[in-house]
Amino acid sequence: MTLPERIGRATVKGIEEVGLAAALVAESLFWLFMGRRRGQSVRLRAVVEQAVEIGLRALPIVTVLSGTIGIMLAIQGIYTLRTFGAETQVTLGIALSVVREFAPVITGVLVAGRSGSALAAKLGTMTINQEIDALKVMAIEPVRYLVVPPLLAMLVMLPALTLWADAVALLAAGLYVSNELGVTLAAYGLELLDILGANDLLHGLGKSVIFAVLITAIGAVNGAAVTGGAEGVGRMTTRSVVQAISAIVITDMIFVFLVTR
Amino acid sequence: MNERAAVAAAEAAVPAVSVRGLVARYGENVVLDGVSLDVRPGEIFVVMGGSGSGKTTLLRHMLGLLRPAAGAVRVLGVDVNAAAPATLQALRRRVGVAFQGGALLSSLSVGDNLALPLVEHTDLHPRTIAIMARMKLEAVELPGTERLMPSELSGGMLKRAALARAIVMDPDLLFCDEPSAGLDPAVSAAIDKLILRLREAMGMTVVVVTHELASAFAIADRICVLDGGEVVAVGTVDEIRHSANRRVQNLLNRRVETPTLDPDDYLRRLTGED
Repeated sequence: MTLPERIGRATVKGIEEVGLAAALVAESLFWLFMGRRRGQSVRLRAVVEQAVEIGLRALPIVTVLSGTIGIMLAIQGIYTLRTFGAETQVTLGIALSVVREFAPVITGVLVAGRSGSALAAKLGTMTINQEIDALKVMAIEPVRYLVVPPLLAMLVMLPALTLWADAVALLAAGLYVSNELGVTLAAYGLELLDILGANDLLHGLGKSVIFAVLITAIGAVNGAAVTGGAEGVGRMTTRSVVQAISAIVITDMIFVFLVTR
Repeated sequence: MNERAAVAAAEAAVPAVSVRGLVARYGENVVLDGVSLDVRPGEIFVVMGGSGSGKTTLLRHMLGLLRPAAGAVRVLGVDVNAAAPATLQALRRRVGVAFQGGALLSSLSVGDNLALPLVEHTDLHPRTIAIMARMKLEAVELPGTERLMPSELSGGMLKRAALARAIVMDPDLLFCDEPSAGLDPAVSAAIDKLILRLREAMGMTVVVVTHELASAFAIADRICVLDGGEVVAVGTVDEIRHSANRRVQNLLNRRVETPTLDPDDYLRRLTGED
């Protein structure tokens, strides 16, 4: 196969996958809103189970990483601003960087690594074990049963985790700043309230909602496309993580470009 | 004849499964080439054939999991490829399927696997559902296994559990994919007896896809022999046993016909030269 042929095929395949992901999201929304009428309502219990898995079980690692990033931003901010004698302005940099950028992106990447890959692996294993076929012949819609609960859980828990990451990162940064610059935590907190507006929070939360859809759709499309046994499951799981993280970073850039300029 | 008897007679006249001129392809490769057959209500119909004969592809078409390149498949009077989604869903609630590897959901216990169709399609109380699941497990001689996970079951137990899930909705039609494949002879014979007993007790039609001759002869009312994607013969066990058809006898006597290769062609194939 020549190079242009290879590029052409890869492009067509990429477009196909984007189309598949879009169709999957559309089908998920259909079952979410029309499922009850079709006798296939989404089980609240399944959504709660997924929310626990995606949200609560990710809390420790989100806490550790967001705290670390908060401190890291404080260190770098003070170091950079000291050049201009403006280290007291560090709170502004920390607040906007965390709430608008770091918290949603880092949380998205973590959830893509934990839950997006788990979804791809689960669907992949189910595909090769004929469990998806079994659901179909039992008149249970696989998308409604397997994709809608994680999608809903992701839509709730990713913004919630992002808010948590905001709080932890800002607190950790505040502890460092108060120790380094001799500012009280209360003063730091008041400054944060002064700097941050609702639009900053919504900026971060809006991104996290988009990331939630991306992570679920990419995990589901890759999981459903598994062929070739255990090796295939591993390959598609890795692929789903790489694609989800890439999608998060690229979407983040597009979002910032459209909203910030 | 009273009205009820007339309805029963009319239903009996309609095949449980009707396949007409079915053609299936994977790319350029024709897997099923104009397959036609009828499964009568209440019978155990065995589709028998060697590896690559197309029997699994035929089963997947009968289940509506694959769309044919040509031809039609009607199950319980419903064209599975032309039916509206709601009709297909309603049909699938009347059909049970026991997959070759069991296909029990690995994240659920055996009991939850059995309960799943009942939870999804009925408004029964959870306790009633649990009792029904236990009843079906007892029917397949797996009492007390409802708390086990599928990974904790042996091969024979897995097949039984799959059968139990397939009959949990009391289907009119049961499909079994290789129910005794990979089992030792004693367990295999026990599964055969179980299928016969379930048909007797529930009065359903059973379609079994298998390559196991002993199993096919033990349970079948009629056998369909598939070879190379074509129906070679359909008949009772005796008719198949005594069939004069060479391809049927090849299957029964485990003979493989290998085409004689021209030495030059063979050499060209090995070296990859056209």
